[in-house]
Amino acid sequence: MTVGIVSYGAYIPRYRIETKEIASVWGVDGNAMASNLGVYSKSVPGPDEDVITISVEAARNAMKRCKINPKDIGAVYVGSESHPYAVKPTATFVAECIGATPYLTAADYEFACKAGTAAIQTCMGLVGAGMMKYAMAVGSDTSQGAPGDALEYSASAGGAAYIIGTENLIAKINKTVSYTTDTPDFWRREGQHYPSHGGRFTGQPAYFKTVTSCAKKLLEVMGTKPEDYKYAVFHTPNAKFPVRAGKMLGFTDEQMKQGLIVQHIGNTYSGAVPLGLASILDVAKPGDRIFAVAYGSGAGSDGFDITVTEGIEKLDRNAAPSIKSMVENKVLVNYAIYAKYRGKIMMSE
Amino acid sequence: MREVAVIGIGVTKFGELWDKSYRELAIEAGLLAMKDAKISSEDIDAMYLGNMSAGRLVEQEHVGALAADYAGLVTRNVPSTRIEAADASGGLAFRHGYLAVASGMHDIVVVGGAEKMTDANDMQVVETLASSSDVEWEAFFGGTLPALFAMMARRHMHEYGTTKAQLASVAVKNHKHGMKNPNAQFRNEIKVDAVVKATMVADPLGLFDCSPLSDGAAAVILCPLDKAKKYTDKPVKVIGSGQASDMLALHDRKSLTSISSTVAAAKRAFEQAKKKPSDIDVAELHDSYTIAEIISIEDLGFSKPGEAAKGVENGEFSLGGRLPINTSGGLKARGHPLGATGVAQVVEIVHQLRGTAGERQVKDAKVGLTHNLGGTGGTAVVHIFERA
Repeated sequence: MTVGIVSYGAYIPRYRIETKEIASVWGVDGNAMASNLGVYSKSVPGPDEDVITISVEAARNAMKRCKINPKDIGAVYVGSESHPYAVKPTATFVAECIGATPYLTAADYEFACKAGTAAIQTCMGLVGAGMMKYAMAVGSDTSQGAPGDALEYSASAGGAAYIIGTENLIAKINKTVSYTTDTPDFWRREGQHYPSHGGRFTGQPAYFKTVTSCAKKLLEVMGTKPEDYKYAVFHTPNAKFPVRAGKMLGFTDEQMKQGLIVQHIGNTYSGAVPLGLASILDVAKPGDRIFAVAYGSGAGSDGFDITVTEGIEKLDRNAAPSIKSMVENKVLVNYAIYAKYRGKIMMSE
Repeated sequence: MREVAVIGIGVTKFGELWDKSYRELAIEAGLLAMKDAKISSEDIDAMYLGNMSAGRLVEQEHVGALAADYAGLVTRNVPSTRIEAADASGGLAFRHGYLAVASGMHDIVVVGGAEKMTDANDMQVVETLASSSDVEWEAFFGGTLPALFAMMARRHMHEYGTTKAQLASVAVKNHKHGMKNPNAQFRNEIKVDAVVKATMVADPLGLFDCSPLSDGAAAVILCPLDKAKKYTDKPVKVIGSGQASDMLALHDRKSLTSISSTVAAAKRAFEQAKKKPSDIDVAELHDSYTIAEIISIEDLGFSKPGEAAKGVENGEFSLGGRLPINTSGGLKARGHPLGATGVAQVVEIVHQLRGTAGERQVKDAKVGLTHNLGGTGGTAVVHIFERA
């Protein structure tokens, strides 16, 4: 059974704060911080934006591009580590807003930065088994970084939605493999506002080991080499890690360029690989092959081998904003406004 | 007192060793040293282990017994003692091993040093390092270790005109040496300009003026000199051992540009060894911060006060210079797993005197010296070695 992507849509909040603006508040060399991370600005959700609104925008953009009946969507899964409610799903909002209710299943996912790709895999299983015609997976976050913490320079907001099916495909998912271990590099406990992390432990033994292990397995299973792909996208905690991981595997800057938007919008967590992949689909042509590896702390990677089909030409890509246009459509805010928008200022009840 | 020789050495790789636990590191180094001396655990009479902060960093105290247990020494109930003197723990453990053999109490003694620093978060490590100062008078008021050494550096600059670039040349030299040491944490060349411009830690000390956080372990085997030939063709004699203390808090000391514990420990070690500074062919010094190496060169008598910085800059203490210092890469480039450092220094000097230091070999080195400081110098330990 061929399973793949029927449509996709994305959303990135318009507000940005520059790395050097955050650095100036904490007495850090902003130019050095920006160049160390390769992140020069990050997206900031507006005061009325959260994972629900971002997910709905992305889902609606996915619906706008295709001509499917929303009632044919049998499942909606939203992956995020910043669901607005601890109890009460985001996915039900999304399902209502696209008109897919009431005869469907819906649930929220959490796996640090890879909950969105885990949702895609679940959808692949459901449509592949013939249980439903279409299923929707969303990866979306308004990620948290404690004031002054290293994460504050990158933790941003955005999301993308994917409609998964077996017909009307714009891209076939040839294979997905995952690599999962219990590696506690980053976590947030119930009731905590901000996540904790293992500092340098999050790099080599967590991100790099997991991402490259998953990628190697996918190449091995498919019998492919990095040069067989037109595009590659890896999870982007910053701009340096994905490029280094890609180079370790033999991918080139040229292959990774289109999917790399973290420099401008920061790390969108569950939205990161879904948005990077959306950026590639914005320009992809039939026959293009895509290699995508998401990473979630805790830790796991989901790898995807994707081939773009003729169907991409039939999709009305212009019916929703491209990633490029959303990245470029920006309003800079200072730290005070950022603090207000992110709820970092204590307000009277 | 009997004469004592080093007959076996072992050291692990130093660095961020994510997949190795404290006990694994300690045992790995011990086994390497035993293999080098061609002895088995049956031969060992006592163990001394240098460790500063396993209790804080891996929440394990009683590491003397732990190491003996995992080394298989407890089946014969071999005594094992953990020695703590901040980051001079390793050097001091070595001295205790030496005294145990010299006194005639034990014949074959293993001295280890081990530290696991990367399992703790950064703040825990900063606080742990600061606990080697006078906590009530210094650390409680923000006197972290880099801040205290920064004050010493400022005063050294004031008195002698030492420059930030000269401090940087210590790190540059030690990185250059570290490139030739396969076990070093950093094996990359750095430039003076990069050190000077690095992220500020405590003015005037930047990130590259500071030794890193490291995991690692080292071990050596000691025995009476008259039995050493049984185990090795190349025994190395311990000819001088000096230990001294200084005021723990900087503000109680007469000088900020000299550490009196180093001066006293060196005097004792040189007297016992019947040597003078100019007799030393190669030395491992405690460069926890670049300024620490400058001050130590002067305190050990290798330069006149105020002249060490110029000497480092001119290459006097580089490989090929008049007295190569920190051929291993020192604490800066080899890495600084606190309690392991003092023992790793001995391993390096033994390599140099045996002629097995590879690319970083000092030609025809006969006499070597190790210098290990605890914190800002509350404890100093100096040992002098000679090819037997």
